[in-house]
Amino acid sequence: MSALLERLAEVRKSGDVGRLAEAIPYARWMKIAPENGTGELLTRMRYHDDLIGNTFLPAIHGGTLGAMLEMTAIFHLLWETETETVPKIVNITVDYLRSARPVDVIARATVTKQGRRMVNVFAEAWQDDRAKPVATANAHFLVKSSDDAPPSL
Amino acid sequence: MSKPLTTKEERLALFQEWFSDTIPHSKALGLKVIDARRGFASMQLEWREEFVGNPETGVLAGGPLTAMLDGCCGMAVATMLKEPMPFATLDLRIDYAKPATPGKPVIAEAECYRITSSVAFTRAFAHHGDPKDPIAAAAGTFMLGTKGQVTRAQSIGKETKI
Repeated sequence: MSALLERLAEVRKSGDVGRLAEAIPYARWMKIAPENGTGELLTRMRYHDDLIGNTFLPAIHGGTLGAMLEMTAIFHLLWETETETVPKIVNITVDYLRSARPVDVIARATVTKQGRRMVNVFAEAWQDDRAKPVATANAHFLVKSSDDAPPSL
Repeated sequence: MSKPLTTKEERLALFQEWFSDTIPHSKALGLKVIDARRGFASMQLEWREEFVGNPETGVLAGGPLTAMLDGCCGMAVATMLKEPMPFATLDLRIDYAKPATPGKPVIAEAECYRITSSVAFTRAFAHHGDPKDPIAAAAGTFMLGTKGQVTRAQSIGKETKI
């Protein structure tokens, strides 16, 4: 079993879902972590200056929004589904809807279709107003350990 | 307008400054511009521990690749603009073909193959040196003439007369 899945088992006992991010160096560096304070699993990317892509507007770099939507989908699959392996990403399509201001970004994922081997996940990111998403994404993940595909984590 | 850039080194130094050193997230990733010509951009990302998704394997997370491919596609668009204008990513698709090899730098190569008055279309690959053996493939579209001020990066096509 991978260290991440061991961490998942510990986190399930303690209920502190934010600790899942501690096992992922990139999530720590980007300050991306899941939270479930409201009973709903959300993922937050805490604002820090290294996220900026356009210093004139200013706006958060689009690549970081794609990255956090991908992490949102992974945390969702780990936490909300009975996965026995770390999901392997196949592809992701990100739609950019609004420029993201220099504040926290919050995202939520939902499973559109759960197959035996493949899962289709939708994720949506917003800032202050949930009704005004800054970006959305659709992604495919392989969730069966026997499949030969690149691991997303 | 600055003086004409005569050598490739001078041109790349300017691209490096405007597309990496003065864009905070690109700088944080340490993106190095390795090539630029009209409709084409290439960058390199060094492997670093904090970019890793799985600490057991050392394989990079998808995020640093996504950010590099987005930036590289954007740079390819900028080389096509004869008149500077603000633009923004409209959508970006990434196909993850195989895991990046731990410890190895990743190279991104982006092409802007079509530009209209409103939209620019790009394709890109990320690889370890052989474009025929990609780590990831990307397709990005960019909306031209978006709100806001033109950044220096967005005016590089005019500035370098590339």
